[in-house]
Amino acid sequence: MAILVVAAHDGKTVRANVANAVAAAGQMGSDVTVLVAGSNCDEAAKSAAAIQGVAKVLQADDAAYANWLAEDIAPLVVKLAPNYSHVVMAADSVGKNIAPRVAALLDVAQVSEATQVVSPDTFVRPIYAGNAMATVQTADKVKVVTIRPTNFKAAAAGGSAAIEKIGGEGAKGLSSYVGAELSKSERPELTSAKIVVSGGRGLQSGENFKMLETLADKLGAGLGASRAAVDAGYVPNDYQVGQTGKVVAPDLYIAIGISGAIQHLAGMKDSKTIVAINKDEEAPIFQVADYGLVGDLFQIVPELTAAVEKK
Amino acid sequence: MKVLVAVKRVIDYNVKIRVKADNTGVETANVKMSMNPFDEIAVEEAIRMKEKGAATEVIAFSAGPAQCQETIRTALAMGADRGILVQADGELQPLAVAKLLKAVVDKEQPGLVIVGKQAIDDDSNQTGQMLAALLGWSQGTFANKLNVADGSVEVKREVDGGLENIKIKMPAVITTDLRLNEPRYASLPNIMKAKKKPIETLAPDALGVDVAPRLKTLKVEEPPKRKAGIKVKTVAELVDKLKNEAGVI
Repeated sequence: MAILVVAAHDGKTVRANVANAVAAAGQMGSDVTVLVAGSNCDEAAKSAAAIQGVAKVLQADDAAYANWLAEDIAPLVVKLAPNYSHVVMAADSVGKNIAPRVAALLDVAQVSEATQVVSPDTFVRPIYAGNAMATVQTADKVKVVTIRPTNFKAAAAGGSAAIEKIGGEGAKGLSSYVGAELSKSERPELTSAKIVVSGGRGLQSGENFKMLETLADKLGAGLGASRAAVDAGYVPNDYQVGQTGKVVAPDLYIAIGISGAIQHLAGMKDSKTIVAINKDEEAPIFQVADYGLVGDLFQIVPELTAAVEKK
Repeated sequence: MKVLVAVKRVIDYNVKIRVKADNTGVETANVKMSMNPFDEIAVEEAIRMKEKGAATEVIAFSAGPAQCQETIRTALAMGADRGILVQADGELQPLAVAKLLKAVVDKEQPGLVIVGKQAIDDDSNQTGQMLAALLGWSQGTFANKLNVADGSVEVKREVDGGLENIKIKMPAVITTDLRLNEPRYASLPNIMKAKKKPIETLAPDALGVDVAPRLKTLKVEEPPKRKAGIKVKTVAELVDKLKNEAGVI
């Protein structure tokens, strides 16, 4: 049976993690359909069709889908689901919001944040902030799975799937979109950046984060933070890396002034190379760091910024 | 308006968990258990609504073994009015908990249900959304701020790009994110008072809910360990290693 990947998008292109979800779906079955629901989402549908491994794109244009309200999107997915063996979404804030609603309406379990597809009905997923890995099997007829994008190599571009337009289901009138306060940044998106510079409570203020911005910009890096730094108001919530924030796995993760609580490690320990800069040599972050530098970050960061070549 | 909050008994967030030697799960014997931190935020939010006059009664719900009474007592000590425990000794998965909650919601008719966005044991992040689906209610997930007014709730949500504002019709299900509030500690007098507050115990059968697990756990293993790295002495040494050893800059 075919797999349905439900794609989040910004109206113009599907999110980068849709290519990861397509790759994961390809391990569950061979016939991958991508659903692009939205309002005037021709461009987004085309971008989905261009992902390799996609057999077909379903485009559902409806004003009700403009802002991805779960109450309106879920019924559409539920209507399509019986034709598929799996419904797959990336485990981002859209997938986490919508997929469980879909699963409950189908009366099936959901596999959350799968990191590995063992077989079409068996998946590995992290529990306890990634301190244990559970292998779970589902016997449900339609398997609803969210996947952790960083664990699946993105499907390449170069596909040319057919786009089929389908009707929308309209608005349920339960919820409405008011607006968004999105962080503006020219930097690479945290979850897909090759390099991530991340700061913690050791930065002591939001003002001091500017120092990390300079380093990040020189490296072409995304900027992240620990929960402590977000809770203290140094940076906005979308910077948070960890168990309940974003999961990143860049080639290089530079943790600055971050002690390394297990909840933070859960979000970054799959990074290829980890650098830790901290004045406390006992900080747990050093236990996962490939390269540790003990010292005062206020001296080290400017020195490091000067030493690296501009990308 | 009644507000129902769900509280889960989990291994305390400070405990370093151990995988059982036979790979059937995680060791829970003689381990400190606490209320799921996201659920504490849910309880706090409900109590604040009552203090502001927006809620008339706060009911704390839990499902699981008899010891979940302690978790409910914690909620009662924080300020919830009464508790409901659905006692079940086996594994309860999110869909089953959502069905139990629905049965209790049908009975109690709250205007809002507030639950943590995820439990720190199974990290599923499902129950609130599933409950909203089963009830046909709206959902305000990953709430950073709530404003209840005129039969609807304005919810500021924590999303990938920052914050999003939605307005949802009541009754509704809310799931809490970290920045919604800072939960209070229960005072000693309130802990004493909580001992006298009523907790009703129900059985899944009596609610007509089949709680049999849908997902079968085949095994639970330790994650792959990272190899210990090295300490460098200077920035120059670090840059050299990143360039020539790791090849990442």
